[in-house]
Amino acid sequence: MSISVNEASDIQREISERSAPDYLDQLEAEAIYIMREVAGQFERPALLFSGGKDSITLVHLAKKAFAPGKIPFPLVHVDTGHNFIEAIEYRDELAEKINAKLIVRYVEDTIKAKGLKEQTGKNASRNWLQTFTLLDTIEEFEFDACIGGARRDEEKARAKERIFSFRDEFGQWDPKRQRPELWNLFNGRIQKGENVRVFPISNWTELDVWAYLKREGIALPSIYFAHERELILRDGKLLNNTPVIEPDPEDQIVTRQVRFRTVGDMTCTAAVESSAATLDEVIAEITISRISERGETRIDDQQTEAAMEDRKKGGYF
Amino acid sequence: MDDGKSTLIGRLLYDTKNILADQMEAIERASKTRNAGEIDLALLTDGLRSEREQGITIDVAYKYFQTPNRKFISIDAPGHIQYTRNMVTGASNADLAIILVDARHGVVEQTRRHSLIASMLGIPHVIVAVNKMDLVGNSEDAFLEIAKSYKELAEKLSIKDLTIIPVSALNGDNIVDRSESMSWYTGETLLSVLENVNVLKDQNQEDGRFAVQYVIRPQTEELHDYRGYAGRVQSGTFKKGDAIKVLPSERESKIAKIEFGGNEIQEASVLQSVTILLEDDIDISRGDTIVTVDNSPIVSQDIEALVCWMDDKKTLKPGNKYVLQHGTARSRCSIRDIEYQIDINSYEKLDEVEALKLNDVARIVLRTAQPIAYDPYQKNRANGAAILIDETSNVTVGACMIE
Ligand SMILES: Nc1nc2c(ncn2[C@@H]2O[C@H](COP(=O)(O)OP(=O)(O)OP(=O)(O)O)[C@@H](O)[C@H]2O)c(=O)[nH]1
Ligand SMILES: [Mg+2]
Repeated sequence: MSISVNEASDIQREISERSAPDYLDQLEAEAIYIMREVAGQFERPALLFSGGKDSITLVHLAKKAFAPGKIPFPLVHVDTGHNFIEAIEYRDELAEKINAKLIVRYVEDTIKAKGLKEQTGKNASRNWLQTFTLLDTIEEFEFDACIGGARRDEEKARAKERIFSFRDEFGQWDPKRQRPELWNLFNGRIQKGENVRVFPISNWTELDVWAYLKREGIALPSIYFAHERELILRDGKLLNNTPVIEPDPEDQIVTRQVRFRTVGDMTCTAAVESSAATLDEVIAEITISRISERGETRIDDQQTEAAMEDRKKGGYF
Repeated sequence: MDDGKSTLIGRLLYDTKNILADQMEAIERASKTRNAGEIDLALLTDGLRSEREQGITIDVAYKYFQTPNRKFISIDAPGHIQYTRNMVTGASNADLAIILVDARHGVVEQTRRHSLIASMLGIPHVIVAVNKMDLVGNSEDAFLEIAKSYKELAEKLSIKDLTIIPVSALNGDNIVDRSESMSWYTGETLLSVLENVNVLKDQNQEDGRFAVQYVIRPQTEELHDYRGYAGRVQSGTFKKGDAIKVLPSERESKIAKIEFGGNEIQEASVLQSVTILLEDDIDISRGDTIVTVDNSPIVSQDIEALVCWMDDKKTLKPGNKYVLQHGTARSRCSIRDIEYQIDINSYEKLDEVEALKLNDVARIVLRTAQPIAYDPYQKNRANGAAILIDETSNVTVGACMIE
């Protein structure tokens, strides 16, 4: 029997029960356990913070893991200069509110210092260059572990990655030689110069994250909720109308009511048309959506079949 | 290998409507560049470049799906012997294992190896899916023959709960929907077993065990004397007021308070990540275990364990030294003896084995530099599991189930 795409897209995804509370409790307990393993096993860990919902979830989990103490590692943001202003504002407010140390390093500075060549033309992004700044930052502060908010349900290479993902001294992931990871015994032993990327919410799905944000009453940057915005309509995708996106003759400028389902760089993150103004409404929309999170919003993943795997092999998180 | 594991997971997700439209399109696109146009559902999990090039699974892939009745995490494991350690990685946290047998070939060496590993890991439920039934004319006799030989194998292992199902992953027979071509089969479909199996919970509720991960000491003015022990309840429960003992130091105290996220809670049970405060100021650090006072694990430097050896470069030999990681404790250890190796085909014990190679399974004796507070794995998975780490490469090279 063969399967056709039409058949697949015709199928109505059943609106299933949301994560039962005890399931969220299990995910939360696992993530807290992983955070504490990082604090217990490493000397200089950091939490990679972008202002997106997954890293906001991480910060909340870290607060819970170490309460009433402070989070015992800094928040690190690799700022591409192409971020949404709302995400940056949220980042600064949060760091101040929880009295966390925030380290920001700029891709712009790396480009200047190293004389790197930027992508040009349609869909040019700093996604790849970001890795240079990240690796420099790791070297500058001698971070031995970097906690990130990647989830296995996001993408097929991420579906394969360990929770403690070993990286060599060049930050590279070798998918053919991952360390065995047994039970919940995480092996964070490394040599100087090497590091481990740690993903405490590996086993969470997009819906789990939203359900958790709601349950915990966590505030999000406003761009996650429906609002009017001026956008570039390009190849069927809606991009924020900003000077950092190189114009293309085919572009159309439109005004729509949208929200963002993920928050990455403006150059490669598309908005979705929506009137969902509350967490409940967003959750209801995502529950019945027939398109995956990155499929709907990410332009960077769609350039080649193994875009994410290749970026990770180069040191991306 | 190649008996259809990845295809089966793809089929399970497809038939439960858990593949989204864009993911389906991506699989279709990738299928077109690789074969004559048939959709290859294995591409849902075989996501790495080299997996797609070779049409095999190299490392485990995690997929999340749900039906109206249950949420599942599926772990697609590789079948090739070379990647057995990745299979062990995937299986170590599983509540249930599905072992595939190709109906044309029946029980083969990898079936025996994977069944042995599943049983050593104490996976409480095993489903054997006899796949590719379409290639043996959906024959009941062929199925019964294989079922019989598998049951013989299972008797030698301690598999507690076994179900055997004839399926075709390619055609979707007996996966989610009942097969029309095998009307002789009246048992459950694969999904129906998955939805109804009781995993509530093959957890140990009796032995109070809490491995200390980290000590929380805010050292601020208002929290000057605060000392909280952060960790996860591995088994049993802990309540405020419980008399406890710290191992290996054997010091005793009482639980003054249990906190979660900075708020007081009365009780902490299996798998909860909490913070414990004690009445007395005693010396406790990462690697120590807090246990309820009337129920102690074994505290010893001499350990016997079943081991799966996972290093493809070096062998395990008596005299070799490693780091043993058990709970949050790490200790150097040396291998005293290989008591016996288990033959993968006959499950017989082989004596006088000098060294273990990649994928060998054996019982070993080792001595640790510091005492370890453990329970036998078959009684308490969480406190009976340990890994061996190579001191020079830092790679995890052995999976130990303490006996
Ligand atoms: N005829 C038939 N072919 C099948 C069936 N299930 C899988 N196949 C085919 O068997 C081949 C191997 O399938 P995979 O799913 O990649 O096998 P696997 O067990 O995941 O292989 P490894 O992960 O590499 O061990 C593919 O060509 C499948 O299309 C089935 O039920 N019937
Ligand atoms: Mg496979």
